[in-house]
Amino acid sequence: MSSNNENPPEAAPQRIYFFATCLIDLLYPNAGLAGMQLLRRAGVDVVLPEAQTCCGQPAFNSGYRQEALSVARAQLRCFPNDYPVVVPSGSCAGMIKHHWPELFAGERDEQQALRIARNTYELTEYLVDIVGIELTDLGRPTKVAIHTSCSARREMGVADRIERLVGQLSAVDVVEQERKAECCGFGGTFAVKQADVSGAMVKDKTAALKATGADIVVSQDVGCLMNIGGALDHQGDDTKAQHIAEFLWDRTS
Amino acid sequence: MSKTRDAILRRLRDNRPTDQPLPSPYRKPLGWDSEQRIASFTERMRAVRGDVYRTTPADWARTAAKLCEERGLKQALVGHGPIADQFVADASDSVDIRRYAQPVEEWKPTLFRAVDVAVTGCRAGLAESGSLVLWPDRNEPRLMSLVPPVHIAVLDATRLYENFAEMLAVEQWAAGGMPTNALLISGPSKTADIEQTLAYGIHGPKSLITLIVE
Amino acid sequence: MNQTEAFHERIDEALHNDQMRRNFRSALSGIQAKREQQFPDDAQLQALREQARAVRANALVKQPELLEQLEAKLTENGIRVHWAENPEQANQIIADILDAATAKTVVKGKSMVSEETGLNTYLEQRGIEVVESDLGEFIIQLAEEPPSHIVAPAIHKNRQEVAQLFHRFYPDLPYTEDINQLTETARQILRDKFAHADAGISGVNFAVAETGTLCLVENEGNGRLSTTAPRVHIAITGIEKVVEKLSDVPPLLEILTKSATGQPITTYFNMISRPRQAGELDGPQAVHLVLLDNGRTRIKVDEQLLDTLRCIRCGTCINYCPVYVQLGGHAYGTVYPGPIGIALEPQRLGIDQVGSLTSACTLCGACGQVCPVEIPLPKLINRLRAEAVNAGREASPLIGRGALRNKTEATSWKLWRLVYANAFVYRLFALAATRLRWLTPKKLGGWTRYRSAPKPAKRTLNELARQKGFRSE
Repeated sequence: MSSNNENPPEAAPQRIYFFATCLIDLLYPNAGLAGMQLLRRAGVDVVLPEAQTCCGQPAFNSGYRQEALSVARAQLRCFPNDYPVVVPSGSCAGMIKHHWPELFAGERDEQQALRIARNTYELTEYLVDIVGIELTDLGRPTKVAIHTSCSARREMGVADRIERLVGQLSAVDVVEQERKAECCGFGGTFAVKQADVSGAMVKDKTAALKATGADIVVSQDVGCLMNIGGALDHQGDDTKAQHIAEFLWDRTS
Repeated sequence: MSKTRDAILRRLRDNRPTDQPLPSPYRKPLGWDSEQRIASFTERMRAVRGDVYRTTPADWARTAAKLCEERGLKQALVGHGPIADQFVADASDSVDIRRYAQPVEEWKPTLFRAVDVAVTGCRAGLAESGSLVLWPDRNEPRLMSLVPPVHIAVLDATRLYENFAEMLAVEQWAAGGMPTNALLISGPSKTADIEQTLAYGIHGPKSLITLIVE
Repeated sequence: MNQTEAFHERIDEALHNDQMRRNFRSALSGIQAKREQQFPDDAQLQALREQARAVRANALVKQPELLEQLEAKLTENGIRVHWAENPEQANQIIADILDAATAKTVVKGKSMVSEETGLNTYLEQRGIEVVESDLGEFIIQLAEEPPSHIVAPAIHKNRQEVAQLFHRFYPDLPYTEDINQLTETARQILRDKFAHADAGISGVNFAVAETGTLCLVENEGNGRLSTTAPRVHIAITGIEKVVEKLSDVPPLLEILTKSATGQPITTYFNMISRPRQAGELDGPQAVHLVLLDNGRTRIKVDEQLLDTLRCIRCGTCINYCPVYVQLGGHAYGTVYPGPIGIALEPQRLGIDQVGSLTSACTLCGACGQVCPVEIPLPKLINRLRAEAVNAGREASPLIGRGALRNKTEATSWKLWRLVYANAFVYRLFALAATRLRWLTPKKLGGWTRYRSAPKPAKRTLNELARQKGFRSE
């Protein structure tokens, strides 16, 4: 392990809850682990509540609000204390921060949900704004394209945090794809319900990414990465798609 | 149809939104002096292919006449009033001048086919957007600034406002009552309906010439 | 065929039309770039948006009084005001006005509200010649197509397609693919129509209650010609277009033109307050305004849905929609396409008619971010999705609630809840998924037509984290 950030800013809370998201727990655990390790190395005590499952977003965005509420409600008891909740995903963080208030409106546990919503951060946001993490690049020179998830960009407003983190890495050359802010076409159940439109969108997105000559595409959301990476793989392209936490951890440890 | 009217209004009254938004100030004045206003007007107007010339009370009509000659504009249309009179006095040697003197129905085909250029005054100008402000009236009817392929507009430099909001505030349009028709004109007629590519002169004037009189 | 199948059929057709999709991509990239040039300063843009939102919201709060004031002022000014509950009434009113004036030919400026009412077809069936005079509208009228965009109706066609269309209808004119020459051709054809039309029909961008003024925003001059050259002018608009004061107009005009087409201002801003007065030599002798409800008062009872009525029809949400750029406007099958269409049309026409439009959205939020009057479009679309699958008990003005609920989908969400609302069940599920990952299917319906299938990891994060010494508390 490197000696990155041995002295985190005094203001950083000692302890946080890590809300890993359902996709990361099951499909991309290394992304979550990397995020937790980045935080721990920076001196943060990371708690991963075992009972967590999903923020409820898939059902909420599909119109099944009762189902979303049941699942979101089951998360409340994971966060009994007033620690910040750090989420390695723009869209799941956005769900908790911006949609839980609507979902829980008028419910008996509304206050609890609001407290958690106020205390929720997207991981790169937390690393930059609260931890003030400093990174030392130990990796080989590489070309990276950043895909900011729509939720990270618009709902959470943290598009520049991922750029600032990657910008700290001395051997990383950041390349920019055409139509950078355009959605990759994932959209949760959209990719299933409108499979062909989603397919056309990810085709455009991967074409723009490939045109940059990047070795790796990084993002704050594994949903986008599952879409973009899955499409690149399907096309027989060897551009790698990686969660930002895993990318940062790999290059600095 | 008053039953429909009453039904619509009743439904609106029965369900009034509670939102009472606070009015916020639109924009602060730019504090431009006369030269800055002329410069901005000129830049904006030229950016949309409007022509702008700076001239004087004594010279503008001869400048207009010269422009007509250079561009081969033979049949000019004027209204009534000082602008029309000065153009008639100074430009009669260069172009045939016709006055807009009868209802349009009596000479529509000629207006649409035989007039090359119309010369009008302006009520004001807007510096920030490069706009002419016209209040067409019986002396200078509405179609003058619209049908002929070239429109020459004479703008008094002291009538340049910073923008629309400033003009409405200073001139108190709402309090004074609105004319039949009021216009902001910002360049010659244009379209981008084919491939988002700008093309000029689709329906209105193909060419708009502003003479700023100082 | 139900609405969802019909929608998928149109989508399929659109996705296979590569030329059209290239046309959309290129046009929308251009419009986006032009708009962004107009707003170099985020803080200023935000201040202007808030101003515009406030003006529109204020007008909706005071709407009944403002409509009465507008009617009184217009009447005092000599403009006749008519009220229509629905498209049929509006069309009937207009036909009656034309009949009374013995008007046989009509030139039209652009009006989306007249698309709502199907006015052209209605008048043509009564033997009235209707000529669309906005260049884009003229092109699609020749092609017998509806607009594919609310601001740029012929955006789906390239110059070659326009050239061929003109050539088919005007074979005597020389064939050209040059945009300037095509524009000149349209000018020549339409000049005659303006000179001879008995009546002009237009829409309205803002109707000012304070002064009784109808405002029209345009570049071509066809709007001015339609409202000035014929002896009768009929304007048609939705009742939400009323604003309180003349001083409300400059911020709306500025954000409308900058957002819609990336211009600081359009060529013409036309303010009409009266018909031709005694002694005036041109302008229509009679001016009428038709105010159309068509579902607007119904929408307005709902504190969330009424935000839709702030819309100023700039089309910016459409220009930034990543789904619209793939499909184009016709695939939606409604008058208004794109995000505003997805939000508005199910409210207007019913979820049971067009609710499946709500599936054509990734909730990426681009539309809400650019909307000049801050309509929370993604939130509205999400809400409509909820009411589409759940009739619910709470009051709602929406028609056809629950119409899109289907058993299979509802059951899978129930199963999903069973797994994810209970940590113990979820752990069992995760254990099975990771330990039996070799059983993961390689084909996952539409997903694997374009992507590889995702596969569960060997161990969940929960397991890996404990190995690394992270605690659960």
